[in-house]
Amino acid sequence: MEEQTFRYEAKGQVLVIHMPKELDHHNCRNLRYETDLLLEENYITKIVFDFSKTVFMDSSGIGILLNRYKQMERSGGKTAIYGARAQILRVLAVGGIGKLVPQYDSKEAAIAG
Amino acid sequence: MEKETLRIELESLSKNEEFARVAVAMFMSRMDPTIEEIDDVKTAVSEAVTNGIIHGYQGKEGIIYIEVTIEDRELTVVVKDSGTGIPDIKKAMEPMYTTDATGERSGMGFSFMEAFMDQVEVWSVPGVGTRVTMKKQIGR
Repeated sequence: MEEQTFRYEAKGQVLVIHMPKELDHHNCRNLRYETDLLLEENYITKIVFDFSKTVFMDSSGIGILLNRYKQMERSGGKTAIYGARAQILRVLAVGGIGKLVPQYDSKEAAIAG
Repeated sequence: MEKETLRIELESLSKNEEFARVAVAMFMSRMDPTIEEIDDVKTAVSEAVTNGIIHGYQGKEGIIYIEVTIEDRELTVVVKDSGTGIPDIKKAMEPMYTTDATGERSGMGFSFMEAFMDQVEVWSVPGVGTRVTMKKQIGR
């Protein structure tokens, strides 16, 4: 039995990805396949990452964020992050994501921003 | 304080990555670390164990050995595998360098270990395995 790690929510042209509690290599395995499928089937101009439930992230999280960022850049789309707590913010900074993907406090702000 | 050591042997399965970092965090909690120090060590352990699983054993069966030592204020974490080994350690440690073909890996594993620990040493022999030794002073 495979537990679902990412939850996806489409809000118009915005895809909100709710990140798991522990964002590591193990939990990142299905993300690429799942988002690729969603991006093919829907017209998405922005991906918003919800970190509000995430308590741990390592460089595996940086890999998937960087790839989604590049994917959206290529199609002229945007990415945003919200709800990241201290450990996540430090990992984002060390991973160089801090400068690439804007961070917001709330989902509404991230979608609007 | 006396020297205390924790030894763990894990099967090379990605679901053990979380167990490994949580076990090390639990053990180091007796040093009375800050939350930030615990997070730093958890991140570094996660990187080293993930490397062992992905690159050391490349998805095949194998054992990851973890040895954690507390001596006064110094924490030492050794993560070892008996996998493929790294032909060029210097290259492997360059930021953004990865041999991963899926394109989903950032290549920042060693950079993360270096960013979150005080000292990182890598020993590796192709066909023999890899040993990563990381040190951090707790409660400076």
